[in-house]
Amino acid sequence: MPNQTYDAIIIGAGMSGFGAGIRLAMFDKKVCILEQHSVWGGLNSFYQQAGRQFDVGLHALTNYSAKGSKRGPFPTILRQLRLKWEDFDLHEQNQSVIKFPNHRLHFSNNLEVLISSVKEQFPEHLDQFLDLCSLVRDHDDGTLPAEFVSARQRLLAIIASPLLIDMIFCPLMFYGSATEHDMDWNQFVIMFKAVFFEGFSRPHAGVRKILSLLRKTYVDRGGEIRTKTSVIAIVPQASGGAKVILENGEEIFAAKVISCAGLPETKSLLGLPFEASEIGAMSFVETIFCLDKMPKELDISSTITFFSHNTNFKYQRSQDLVDYSSGILCSPNNFNDPTPLNEGMLRLTHIANPKLWKKLRSQSLEKYNEQKQAMVALELEGLKSIVPEFSKNIKYVDTFTPATIERFTRRIDGAVYGTPQKIGSGEIGAKDVYICGTDQGYLGIIGSLLSGILMANRHTLV
Amino acid sequence: MNKELIRQEVKDIIAAIVPDEDLSVMTNSGIIREEVNLDSMDFLDIIMELRKRHKVEVPEEDYKFFATLDSCADYLAPKMTHLTH
Repeated sequence: MPNQTYDAIIIGAGMSGFGAGIRLAMFDKKVCILEQHSVWGGLNSFYQQAGRQFDVGLHALTNYSAKGSKRGPFPTILRQLRLKWEDFDLHEQNQSVIKFPNHRLHFSNNLEVLISSVKEQFPEHLDQFLDLCSLVRDHDDGTLPAEFVSARQRLLAIIASPLLIDMIFCPLMFYGSATEHDMDWNQFVIMFKAVFFEGFSRPHAGVRKILSLLRKTYVDRGGEIRTKTSVIAIVPQASGGAKVILENGEEIFAAKVISCAGLPETKSLLGLPFEASEIGAMSFVETIFCLDKMPKELDISSTITFFSHNTNFKYQRSQDLVDYSSGILCSPNNFNDPTPLNEGMLRLTHIANPKLWKKLRSQSLEKYNEQKQAMVALELEGLKSIVPEFSKNIKYVDTFTPATIERFTRRIDGAVYGTPQKIGSGEIGAKDVYICGTDQGYLGIIGSLLSGILMANRHTLV
Repeated sequence: MNKELIRQEVKDIIAAIVPDEDLSVMTNSGIIREEVNLDSMDFLDIIMELRKRHKVEVPEEDYKFFATLDSCADYLAPKMTHLTH
């Protein structure tokens, strides 16, 4: 017998790692998740500061489905992981809005809200929008095609208004596109269903609720997890399986390795070359405002506001530190949750330039912090045309940048949506080593969980 | 009786996979996937649960025997003698 200690090693205790890990553990595989950080979650994690609890990543869970629904990604995850709907403690969004100059589209978890908004704002394009909805509904997104098909080209062929197209793209790109200024058609369909057909919800305790549920389920089924455990190399063995080498020199053998580290990151662990184009261009800054009032009391009642100050929305890496011309404003308070959160909170996200933030931070921590402060002032200025003024109500502010994301997740350039070149099969050219998570091609928390489940099923269980 | 035990075990497994489905509609000779809402991932879970609970290996070419509870019982009986004796 070769000295294979585990049936499977999973690199990264994020959503996809837990999804894969739970599946393997529940079918009695000896499985260990290795996480470099001291806490789990990866790109959807949490931290504590100044006595406050903050989430990273998750603004809202997409793919909402009501209790008892049988079809769709969320019910599939519940069945595959043997979890109950109640376990997630989900509360639906109130209403969200896409704000462009002179136009706004409202949407909720009921598609009719969006349809009537399109009818009001783009009456001459309503039929075209409904055609798009039908096309999306009929598209089978179950299998990931290998070829990139431009969603923008397809939309231009259906909808005659470039403004409406950009407004539809805005939330879908912001919540998951690794590709600049376009999306793969299949990914567009997945996101359109996830955001507009199914919609947003949030557990009362945010991402912590989901992560503690996943972690407990995984551990209860016999899965092992090691935090503060950095992998520095994956070495496939001629006889099958792979050796995983840790930072402290320890070597662990496994029949299969499932890496949630990302495509270029995993190639790097394997000593394989990768192209610069495999590193995602999109990363973000986020500012969290803690308020002395609830957002609703300040007349900010939308759950999530996606905005662009220009009629043509530019979804591409920022030239400067931050691109203030568009953004996302989310309030965790504005969900239909009977138990109010302790404090009012707004989370503001903008597209950023990771290279500039990283350079600044490596040159001078002081200058980096100054720039973060300067950013907050500019952000508040930019919000004036989006929501009522709230700067007098700010009690506490925290910000994170692509440099922060890279430091804690090891994602090169803090590319939260990963590589633009998704690998649907999870196979990256090394025997017994597979990738899962965002670079396998599924998006968001629900997508990542599904990715982990699918990769565990396909490569280690069936 | 022996095959009845196997049919019951398959039903128990299906109940664990899709707890919200009404399994009282299942008949011994009815097509399982017509009587119960099971997608392909759920279906594979039946095979995996059998392996986990009873160490029964079902190669992919034999999935066709899982059409009805009766055909499951016929196929599984020689593989699950611990249940049938």
